[in-house]
Amino acid sequence: MTTTKSERKQNSAGAAATTGAGQGSRPSGTGGSGRAQKSRGAASGGPDGMLWVAQFALIIWALISTIPLLWAMVSSFKSNKEIVASPWSLPSRLNWDNFVRAWNEAHIGQYFLNTVVVVGGGVVLTMVFSAMAAYVFARYEFPGKRLLYYGFIAGMTFPVFMAVVPLFFVVKNLGMISTYHGLILVYVAYSLPFSVFFLTSFFKTLPVAVAEAAIMDGASHYRVFFSVMLPMAKPGLISIGIFNFIGQWNQYLLPLVLVPDESKYVLAQGLANLAVNQGYKSDISGLFAGLTIAILPILVVYVIFQRRVQAGMTAGAMK
Amino acid sequence: MNHGKYRVIISFLVLPVLIYGVFVVSPYLQTFYISLTNWRGYSTNPPFIGFGNYTALFKDDVFWQALLHNGILLVVLPVAVIVMSLFFAFMLNAAGRKKGAIAGVPGSGIYRVVYFFPYVLSVAIVGILWVNIYNPINGLLNGFLKIIGLGHVQPTWLGDPNLAIWAVMAAMVWNFVGFYVVLFTAGMQSIPNEIYEAALLDGAGRAQTFFSVTLPLLWGNVQTSLVYMGILALDGFAIIQIMTNGGPNNSTQVIATYLYQTAFNYGQFGYASAMGVVLFLFTLILAAITLRVTRRDTVEF
Repeated sequence: MTTTKSERKQNSAGAAATTGAGQGSRPSGTGGSGRAQKSRGAASGGPDGMLWVAQFALIIWALISTIPLLWAMVSSFKSNKEIVASPWSLPSRLNWDNFVRAWNEAHIGQYFLNTVVVVGGGVVLTMVFSAMAAYVFARYEFPGKRLLYYGFIAGMTFPVFMAVVPLFFVVKNLGMISTYHGLILVYVAYSLPFSVFFLTSFFKTLPVAVAEAAIMDGASHYRVFFSVMLPMAKPGLISIGIFNFIGQWNQYLLPLVLVPDESKYVLAQGLANLAVNQGYKSDISGLFAGLTIAILPILVVYVIFQRRVQAGMTAGAMK
Repeated sequence: MNHGKYRVIISFLVLPVLIYGVFVVSPYLQTFYISLTNWRGYSTNPPFIGFGNYTALFKDDVFWQALLHNGILLVVLPVAVIVMSLFFAFMLNAAGRKKGAIAGVPGSGIYRVVYFFPYVLSVAIVGILWVNIYNPINGLLNGFLKIIGLGHVQPTWLGDPNLAIWAVMAAMVWNFVGFYVVLFTAGMQSIPNEIYEAALLDGAGRAQTFFSVTLPLLWGNVQTSLVYMGILALDGFAIIQIMTNGGPNNSTQVIATYLYQTAFNYGQFGYASAMGVVLFLFTLILAAITLRVTRRDTVEF
């Protein structure tokens, strides 16, 4: 497994050097023997027709993945006039005032702050609560355990919007509409099923012997959890932290329903409101600046931690 | 060993269970009851009307239209996303040859990072971005058509009832392909290289390698992805609400957007909850079908 990975890394790095080894000129037939010949030709490092087609498709998709983002960022520096005149032109000068307008007048700064508070609180609490529950499910036997565990897991199956009408009234009756703590608790609640599921199987893989030894040495169950098990579970906690960070940062339906007060809007909700808001429609460069403010930080974090992010995001689907 | 065991269990579970019970379990259960009432959000004791909402739903054209759109999403989205991402993932992991061994094509590392870009954006931002890309006057897409000499073809995309749902779906595909490329990549990397080498020695080409080696060994991942995509296709709320709000003429309406409008724009909470319950049943049926259809002998390695 590890050797394969390093080989692949090497390959993508030194690939350019291996092309043009002379095998490329070998005619590749279509028959059975030609096919064998083709793969042998490719085996010694040369390019062949099929590979060029594939590379072409790969490059096209890479462009499709990136150009919309680049376009939004370039447009955020253009004036409204320039945007309407030609969507593909470059800005004649950098209109930084677009960002100032978006941040202050369109309240992107406020929405950004709200998002940071809610997602920060949501992710931390999700990690704490799901680790506690998962630890109990993984390590202890008690009556009703299966019922509780599967009760948690069932929450992964159904779309949130099915429950959104009663949820609105539950939150309203608790007086938590348009509050940070209300949204945080709801985020935590809907993040628990997957987090508990993931961490339970993670805690099960950790050696029992260490915990038992600590108990023998006179440590309490609490101490074992906080000083022994949690540090050992760090990789799992990081994965689940990243997973929930992106998931909660992504939320749209929950804030839309639970946060009607504009001053408490989260970023996605505030931007969507700007995009459909008639009064703002004339200021399309301001909207692009807002989009850029929302896109850039998450993209930078992703590029820096891309391996961890990809592992965290796909971890759940692999089990 | 068991000293204080129950104290730990209770103290560790009480908060998670309480939060989960109040905000997840109780709303899901309440949906069933509210769907049997004529609740409009004012009275605390809404009139009970039995299955009235369900018979009304049965006669509701918009509901059927929305359901049809969910059905289209359910078929097209998984097929498009999974076929594309399987192709890309295979290219990035097993289509290249490096000193006789199987490897990704040149540049795989970069592609894998770049393809994931759309997935790290929030769905709402993807929606807003694509509304602007489709903008008929200053959008990226019609601008591109002009550049390549197709200036006379300037569709209104989201304004055209025949095109809108496909335009929205394209944005969804854009959003999700990268995730499944990475997912399938992880699956492909756990396939031992010796199996590929044996196939190579037997003279298998790329297509043959893919269909006889990669796909069967990856079937578990494909199955999981189908379930995920299925859940996704039943939702699609954020992107559709932002891009079209279900219009024009309900041509992009799905259950999620219709439910939201019914509840929060028109205050018909009982009727909206009935939609939620119908969808609940669909989800269950879908999960059962997916598990049956995709059941195959798992290939061990």
